[in-house]
Amino acid sequence: MAYAIEGATGAWEVVVGLEVHAQVISQSKLFSGSSAAFGAEPNTQVSFVDAGFPGMLPVINRECVAQAVRTGLGLNAVIHNVSRFDRKNYFYADMPQGYQISQYQHPIVGTGVVEVELSDGSVKEIGVTRLHLEQDAGKSLHDRHATKTFIDLNRSGVALMEIVSEPDIRSPEEAGAYLRKLRSILRYLGTCDGNMEEGSMRADVNVSVRKAGEPYRTRCEVKNVNSVRFVMQAIEAEAARQVEVWESGGSVKQETRLFDPNRLETRPMRSKEDAHDYRYFPEPDLLPLVLEDDWVAALKASLPELPDAKKARFRAEYGLTAYDAAVLVAEKATAEFFETVAKGRDAKIAANWVTGDFFAALNKTGATIDNPPISATDLGALLDLIADSTINGRIAKDVFEAMVETGKSPATIVAEKGLRQVTDTGAIDAAVDAIIAANPDKVAEYRSGKDKLFGFFVGQTMKAMAGKGNPALINETLKKRLA
Amino acid sequence: MLTDLTIAQAKAGLEAKQFSALELTEAHLHGIDTLNPRLNAFLTVTAEAAREQAKAADAAIGRGDIRALTGIPLAIKDLFCTQGVRTTAASRILDSFVPPYESTVTANLLADGAVFVGKTNLDEFAMGSSNMTSAFGPVENPWKRRQDQNAILVPGGSSGGSAAAVAARLAMGATGTDTGGSIRQPASFCGLVGVKPSYGRCSRWGVVAFASSLDHPGPFARTVEDSAILLGSMASHDPKDSTSADRPVPDYRAACRRGVAGLRIGIPREYRVDGMSAEIEALWQQGIDWLRAAGAEIVDVSLPHTKYGLATYYIVAPAEASSNLARYDGVRYGLRRDGAELSDMYGNTRAAGFGTEVQRRILIGTYVLSAGYYDAYYLRAQKVRALILRDFTEAFAQVDALLTPTAPSAAFAQGEKMDDPVQMYLNDLFTVGANLAGVPASSVPAGLDSNGLPLGLQIVGRPFDEETVFAVSAEIERAAGFSALPAIRAGV
Repeated sequence: MAYAIEGATGAWEVVVGLEVHAQVISQSKLFSGSSAAFGAEPNTQVSFVDAGFPGMLPVINRECVAQAVRTGLGLNAVIHNVSRFDRKNYFYADMPQGYQISQYQHPIVGTGVVEVELSDGSVKEIGVTRLHLEQDAGKSLHDRHATKTFIDLNRSGVALMEIVSEPDIRSPEEAGAYLRKLRSILRYLGTCDGNMEEGSMRADVNVSVRKAGEPYRTRCEVKNVNSVRFVMQAIEAEAARQVEVWESGGSVKQETRLFDPNRLETRPMRSKEDAHDYRYFPEPDLLPLVLEDDWVAALKASLPELPDAKKARFRAEYGLTAYDAAVLVAEKATAEFFETVAKGRDAKIAANWVTGDFFAALNKTGATIDNPPISATDLGALLDLIADSTINGRIAKDVFEAMVETGKSPATIVAEKGLRQVTDTGAIDAAVDAIIAANPDKVAEYRSGKDKLFGFFVGQTMKAMAGKGNPALINETLKKRLA
Repeated sequence: MLTDLTIAQAKAGLEAKQFSALELTEAHLHGIDTLNPRLNAFLTVTAEAAREQAKAADAAIGRGDIRALTGIPLAIKDLFCTQGVRTTAASRILDSFVPPYESTVTANLLADGAVFVGKTNLDEFAMGSSNMTSAFGPVENPWKRRQDQNAILVPGGSSGGSAAAVAARLAMGATGTDTGGSIRQPASFCGLVGVKPSYGRCSRWGVVAFASSLDHPGPFARTVEDSAILLGSMASHDPKDSTSADRPVPDYRAACRRGVAGLRIGIPREYRVDGMSAEIEALWQQGIDWLRAAGAEIVDVSLPHTKYGLATYYIVAPAEASSNLARYDGVRYGLRRDGAELSDMYGNTRAAGFGTEVQRRILIGTYVLSAGYYDAYYLRAQKVRALILRDFTEAFAQVDALLTPTAPSAAFAQGEKMDDPVQMYLNDLFTVGANLAGVPASSVPAGLDSNGLPLGLQIVGRPFDEETVFAVSAEIERAAGFSALPAIRAGV
């Protein structure tokens, strides 16, 4: 079912394109040697270039270019061997040069495509129009003084990739899936950390609505949305607003808007700045950026396995379902965790433990995959204890809980708590006999055909054995004695 | 007079210990003390630092560590950032700016042992052809009209202070920058040799930018050989300037002795413009005859897009300037005039900080880059620029160098041409082509006009072939035997 907004005049289709600004992971800035690290004291990572001092000149950072090329390759995109920088001219207090060095007409990366999985199991291709490199501005701090603004230039000159999608997105869900997939690819590549809360990835959302079969109507740009959820909400709110405008006989005006996540609505940005004429022209301080084929080929050869390829391999190699594979590859660290657990073991069982108990434990403890409460090696060891019948599945759950709580290895926990599975048939016979003796009425009911009671006997026996009985042996013995 | 020596002579004298670097510097500082109040060639005199540098030079000479410019007093255009020394670009907006860094060109000169006596006046942000747009007052040309000693002449611009300083013997050489003729035209007006090398030959790092794709640092000197010594020191590949050329710097001084026998010298017919003064035309012919007599072959060539040069220049240069000067916003350094809103602060600061000519060019540049005008102006100008470059490339397929006049006239008086900016822009008629094409060019004093004022001839060479420019320049210098002296000079 395609997503649509039901208006008074019928269904409206939503058309969305995203411009994602992704901060490049690099030691130093795009055009200077200052550190690009996040979170330093204000104005401690600023060179004279970053501060726009007289006579200072930009010099392109090779690693930032490599990161952009890697990203382009990861987006299955065309790499332009010749690209060019332009100046985007406007005044702002935290933009020291009075212009931003960006790529306007000749970006480093051209068209590409991102495949996204949707909740109905379908896969959709979202086109990438382009990716270009540009420098970030500094930060204005308006809350430090009653009448003055403070400026922090640490971010001034940090490399950004602007990744522009085609208007192929048709629902908030697709937008969310695209952003998550993009973030996943960037993290796999190590080209952007994708942390939207810290602002290292942010999105401008272009939204319009139309009736089926119509050409595109006027779009609005919702600027600087900083979480996947907010992007989805912003699309919903903005599309609903536009439907209302059209249906009430008005027309949508092309403008820049801001999303207010508290009120779940968009509102126009300062209209004065909409009138910007950026007066782009080629940056005369930089030569055209020329990439050699060999260099690009070497970058391509050194790319890591990306989510789509990994997902296909997980399905083929481990026999996982599409769903499990997609869940496991979303984060590179998760995929690595899974592979460590699955190595040399039953992959489906490993997948179940990782996506089930392990994810639940992450949720419960608030830990992240990068710093998990139990290691993949320990989880694997736990699976080994089940496989070699040292413990049964039920006890394994308890051992897992104890592992999360104490951080001890499963073998230690089993030994300390005496959880080793009982496979001694004498002990099982004795336990079964005791249960049968204690429940003559239930035995009679069972024998008269109430098969469902079998589970009761299993449970009682297991309980009597403190959970440590071997389930297969208990079943076997019960069947024999109750027959 | 120590101040009358050429750099080459002074180097020899220092090496032979005929005089000390300190004596040489003191002689120039004395000249500055005496004449600068009148000429206004220097905005900042760095006497103490110069004495220290001179003493260090003497110590180095004592050790036998003699470099290309050890102990040579030079003047630095106040567009080059000099560490710890106020750098103004002759603008109120940078009034009190003291750079915490040294431009690559001046660092190269210092590394070669040079002594800096001070920072020279210029047209504000190098925008002008008369030095009249300086926020710190005009510079007087040390030359005088024979018949009119009262007229105060301009030294040309934008590097007017550098030219006046070297002509008046207040420094043995100077740095300049040439964006449309700002070294060659003042050299012509002040009877000096001025060299604008190829684009990329001298680093722009640390030079206050006017128009990035047209700005060329280069030297002023009183002889071709001296200018070769200076350029050899100023030039380098600089990784901090992405447009800097990664090429070895040849021995320019040796190139001065090559001669011109066998060279093919092109005479671009489009430079014979309507209304060219008979004196300029005669001088040009004289230059042609000298070179022919010295064994060069004279070839008539065509640079068909010459007539579009000025228009192209006056679109590209202001466009880049409008963007380059955006950083002077009062936020981080230089002048600030507060305002209620950020935009008021910008307006107040820039209105108070920039002079009329700078404001005019920012407006022109903003206009030609604006939506709706970009294609008609900036984009078209870039296309024409490519055609102009092609003109030079094709001409240099036939000839080794071009010979033309440098400027349409000798130095004019303060107040002349001031009310019509377009009239002023015509000064750049013969010089802008080499900036648009990035090819090396020099101006060499070749004669005097009927008022006794110097006139220069321009030599233009192939990209990165400064050596041929020096060879031809030296031949013109030899043939011209230019020995006239400015009326105002140290020791007179």
